[in-house]
Amino acid sequence: MTGVVAVLITTFLASAVEAIEMVTIVVGVGATRGWRSTLIGAASGFGVLAMVVVVLGAALSQVPIGPLRLIVGALLLTFGLQWFRKGIMRVAARGLAGIGGQDPHETAEWTGPGMDWTAWFLSFKGVVLEGLEVAFIVVTFGAGSNQLGAAVVGGVGALVIIGAIGFSLHQTVRRIPRSLLQLIVGVLLSTFGSFWAIEGLGIEWPGGDAAIPGLLVLYAATALTYITLERNRALGLRPAA
Amino acid sequence: MRPPLSWIVAIARFLYEFIVGDDWTMAASVAIGLVLSALLNANHIAAWWLIPVIVVLMLGISLRRASGRQR
Repeated sequence: MTGVVAVLITTFLASAVEAIEMVTIVVGVGATRGWRSTLIGAASGFGVLAMVVVVLGAALSQVPIGPLRLIVGALLLTFGLQWFRKGIMRVAARGLAGIGGQDPHETAEWTGPGMDWTAWFLSFKGVVLEGLEVAFIVVTFGAGSNQLGAAVVGGVGALVIIGAIGFSLHQTVRRIPRSLLQLIVGVLLSTFGSFWAIEGLGIEWPGGDAAIPGLLVLYAATALTYITLERNRALGLRPAA
Repeated sequence: MRPPLSWIVAIARFLYEFIVGDDWTMAASVAIGLVLSALLNANHIAAWWLIPVIVVLMLGISLRRASGRQR
């Protein structure tokens, strides 16, 4: 059984990775086009995401735990490996740099009357596209651990915290090392994905749940090794024969 | 291509990009690894080690291929 703390940490970090870009888009659009339409667009986007979580969560809750763990584990592992790989490449290339980009407050504010549908759409699209991955992780991770409530709390908690940072300290949110967070989440998703997929096949792990920290250490060591190799490769260095 | 066929293709393409991403060999390796694990288990052979080994090896192969493409 996966502990509530592990569920909270994984969904919080996964949500934080996407929330950084989501908040940057919303703050950027709000600062340039005006806040009212932007915030309505963001709220509409969150409405769509909430529906995705409810519908997908209800569908997965009907599946028995054995097959569910196999399906969820295989999906999380496949999906987590994407973030694992991207995280290694980005940390190797850029280290702990944030996402950077232009300050959204450097451009003038749009002051047209009524609803600004461009702002609404840009904000809505930003929230839905960036949030879809979070919704997927929250639902599958919550269903696999049988703790959907904790998974939702972790995901929403990160959105609230990153959102608050984004609105109060506009520059700070873009300095958060997103690539490193993506790598950490990739390692966590691959760990739990591997564990659940194998468990779902009816195969016992040596030591039961104690295998989870073992997998975590193996994948973290793999990440460090590949980051070092990628950096050396980028610098044109070759290991001594 | 006309709707609804174009919608089905668009949804399938989105799901493929979303789950599989830009290196299909990683997803294929996971699928093959799970099938092999099930076969080993059915023959009473320990199989828990196979997926972690595939993860470590395939990450290395995929990263090497990606950095080769960047050159």
